This record gives sequence, C-alpha cells and structure tokens, in this order.
Amino acid sequence: MKYLMLIHAATDVTEPECTPEDWMAYDKQVRDAGIFVSGESLADLVTATTVQVDRQGKRAVTDGPFAETREVLGGFYVIDVPDLDVALDWAARCPGSRDGGAIVVRPIADFDN
Amino acid sequence: MGAPVSSVSSVSSIEAVFREEHGRLLAALVRRFGDLDLAEEVTSEAIEVALARWPVDGVPPKPGAWLMTTARRRAVDRLRRDRTLAARVAVLQVEADRAPASEVTGDAELPDERLQLFFTCAHPALPAEDRAALTLRCLAGLTTPEVARAFLVPAATMAKRIVRAKKKIREARIPFRVPGADELPERLPGVLQVVYSIFTEGYAASSGPDLQRLDLAEEAIRLTRILHRLLPAEREVTGLLALVLLVHARREARTGAGGEPVLLDEQDRTRWDRAMIDEGTALVPVALSGGPPGPYGVQAAIAALHDEAADLEHTDWPQIVALYDVLQTLAPSPVVALNRAAAVAMRDGPQAGLTLLDELSAEPLLRAYHPYPAARADLLHRLGRLSEAKAEYQRALDLAGSEPDRQLLRRKLESLGTA
Repeated sequence: MKYLMLIHAATDVTEPECTPEDWMAYDKQVRDAGIFVSGESLADLVTATTVQVDRQGKRAVTDGPFAETREVLGGFYVIDVPDLDVALDWAARCPGSRDGGAIVVRPIADFDN
Repeated sequence: MGAPVSSVSSVSSIEAVFREEHGRLLAALVRRFGDLDLAEEVTSEAIEVALARWPVDGVPPKPGAWLMTTARRRAVDRLRRDRTLAARVAVLQVEADRAPASEVTGDAELPDERLQLFFTCAHPALPAEDRAALTLRCLAGLTTPEVARAFLVPAATMAKRIVRAKKKIREARIPFRVPGADELPERLPGVLQVVYSIFTEGYAASSGPDLQRLDLAEEAIRLTRILHRLLPAEREVTGLLALVLLVHARREARTGAGGEPVLLDEQDRTRWDRAMIDEGTALVPVALSGGPPGPYGVQAAIAALHDEAADLEHTDWPQIVALYDVLQTLAPSPVVALNRAAAVAMRDGPQAGLTLLDELSAEPLLRAYHPYPAARADLLHRLGRLSEAKAEYQRALDLAGSEPDRQLLRRKLESLGTA
C-alpha cells in the first residue's frame, strides 16, 4: 500500500538538530529498504506561487501559499509498505518529524480495488 | 456500506448472552477476512441464526465453533455475490497470509484474537472520541443505537462516526495486530485509556439525568477482565482491573434514594460490595510489584485504602497523600493535585488543604471543573467561612453538568443558608 508522507517543517526553529547528513542517511534507508516510490524536497517557500481560478474563469496568481502558517511543506516521500503502522514508523524516523516539524501520512487512493 | 444495525437488537436481553462470543467471533473473522464491515455483518447474522435455531434445536456442544462456521459460510456467500468486496478481500488476504494467521477450523476451539481488535479500535490514528465507541461496538458487541445511548448522542450521529472510523481503518489500512514487545509500552496505555474512559462515563456520567450508568461501568469492567485474561503479565492491566473493581464496589452507596450523589463521608459502608473489594484488593500488590508502579496501580492502591477503612477518620490519609505524591510524578494533572489537596486537608486540617487549592486557582482545567469550587467550599465551610463557602458552592452549581450533582450542590447551599 502506498503512503504519501508530507514533510512539514516548523518555520520558527533557529537551530535545527537535524543535519543534512541525517537527511541523506534517512534517504538512503528508505531506498535500501525497498519501499521508496518517489520523493522530492521542495525549493524554498519564497519561490512558491498560488493560482486560483474563479467561477468566471478569471485567473488569480498570488505570491506564496494561501495563509501564514507556522509550518511549511518542505518535501514529500511516497513509500510502499504493508500497513499504516509501518508507514508511521518510517515517518517517525524521518528527520522532518523533529525540530518542531511534523509528517502527515496519507494513504494513496487505489481505484483498481 | 452502512453500519449494520442488527435486527437482533429487538431481543437485546438474549443478545447480552452473545456479547462475549461477539467480540471473539468478530476478531477471528476480521483476522480471516481483513474486513471489519464484512466481519460485523456476518457476526450479527450468525448470532441471529443462533437465536432462531438454538431454542428449537438446543445449544450445540461447541457454540463458539458453531457460530464461527455459520458466520464464515455467510461471509463466503457474500464474497461470491459481491465481486468488488471479494477483490478487496483477496488483496488483503495476500497480505494477511504473509503473517502466520491462526487457522480456524470447524470444530477447533476459537483462537482468541480480541487483543488485536482492542489495539485496532484504540489505534492512535483514530479520533479519540471514536476509539471508545468502536471498542463498545466491536468488543462489547453493543449495537450502534446502544453505543449512541452510551455517549448520549443521536443514533444517526454515532452511526456516521462509526462508519467514518471503520473507513479509516480500512482505507488507511490500520493493521489488525498486537504491537510487538518494543511498541507495547507506547500503545497499551491508549487501550487502557479507552476502557477506563468507558468506565468513568459509567461511574460519573458527565451529563444527563443519572449520576451513574451501571451498565456502562459493568461493560467496562467486563472489557478490562478480558484484557487482563489476555495480558496477565501487564501490571497496569492488573492495576486497572483492581481500580475499576474497587471503585465500582461502592456503587450502591454512591447514590441516595432520589438518585442524588452521596459523598464518601456520608456513604453507608455496609452497602459496599465486599466480594468486589476483596477481589480488587488482592490485585493491588500484584499490580505494584515487580517493577516501577504505574498510574492505574497507584490509583487502585488509593481506592483500596478507602475501601478498607471503617470510616473517614480511620482512613490512612498519610499513605493516601504519599500515593498521590507518587501519582503526581507518574501522571501529573490538576485533577490529581486537587484530590491530593483534599487528602492533605484530611491529614493536616482544612487550612492546609485550602492553601494547596489556592495554589491551583490559575489552572485552566480546574476553572471549569465543578469539583474544584465544591472542594474549596467544603474546606471554607469547615473553617467557618460561611459566606465564602456559599459563593463557592454557587460557582460549583453553575459549572455542574449532571442533574444529580446539581441537586447535591443545591442541598449544600441550602444547608449553609440556614446555618
């Protein structure tokens, strides 16, 4: 079963405990475990742009995400594991779950079944 | 797929007999078919068939195995008819086969897989308010309307919640398994919390006309007994069983003729259930030995000291205070601090208790918790500060949710008025 792990980082952490090496080590673990489907880390939040189209078809382009939040989406993984408990274990091991960050785990819908 | 509202509910008194079998059967079927909805439907159907047949044909020699066979046949029939369901189950079955599933044969004794079901129902990924509902539904075998009554919500609301919770179990694939030894310390408290929350709702209903909901408390005790049988070495399970027994032992004395609450100092202790106290008391040392104590074990020890005392004066208050000190380090909370202050007042006098209560005045949780002003009122009364006591009873009255509690507080207020 595929799960999306959305990695939300806290914006107010000045001295993160997790190093780039931690992230690289985690990435290697996910790939070595054979559960990696896909994953990317996102470019800085200042590069984000939001598009909305209203009922009249008028396009509105604005800077940044919808609202000021304490957490920003920093990246994601899609992993393929047997059940939610296993997915939660992998989420807990992800450096993004520390330093005030959080991982949202969501199953990916499977319309074939 | 809707929540099956079993038509068996019309003969609910007979159904009570099947509650023990219900949880066991359901757990075995979830294990086999990996689908909670399917398992629930065929469990209800099998019980219905038994209700129709057993009074005529007699109870079969192995009722559990009979029910299992019937339910399994129904499930297979259903899967033949419903191809989408069959496909889903087939996928789940492949997963389940990777783990060694207990083989259920026609006449073997049913394996007890209820522990798995407890952990699924109390999974932290489910909304907290749904865990207790699901546990009552799946393990206690209550119908959805019965669960709704237990939580004083409309049946339709409860049906929606249960459907939503089951959907999450299915679609997020919350596993049906007992956590490994390394995870158990993290997961077991959640299961115990669910069962204890069912008990406390039965012991002191948070709202509504009745102070106690004995059926709910008894259901919680039954669930705790099942857990204790399945996890005999877990000391906190033993502690919880001791606690619920020692508290429930006072049920008859806790309400007066008019349904009003009777506080500990006024209870007729001859009406306490001695057998239940003995059973609970014997469990306390087991819960407290062989390792560091847990919060349920400590609370059970406190309850045992109350239950063993001849009256309020002959209660071992120094030891109760000491136990509250332990509890405060294990599971600190403003409510524990409040109870500790009340025990200190019994040990050292009302002024000592009042000083401690005043230190808690900023606790947001206690501001809306009527026992807090009620406790202050009692101590102020004992200190002869009557007008302050009256004001505090009035505050408690404004906060109290259940009618019997309000009745008691009104009586206290009136007694001060004429004093």
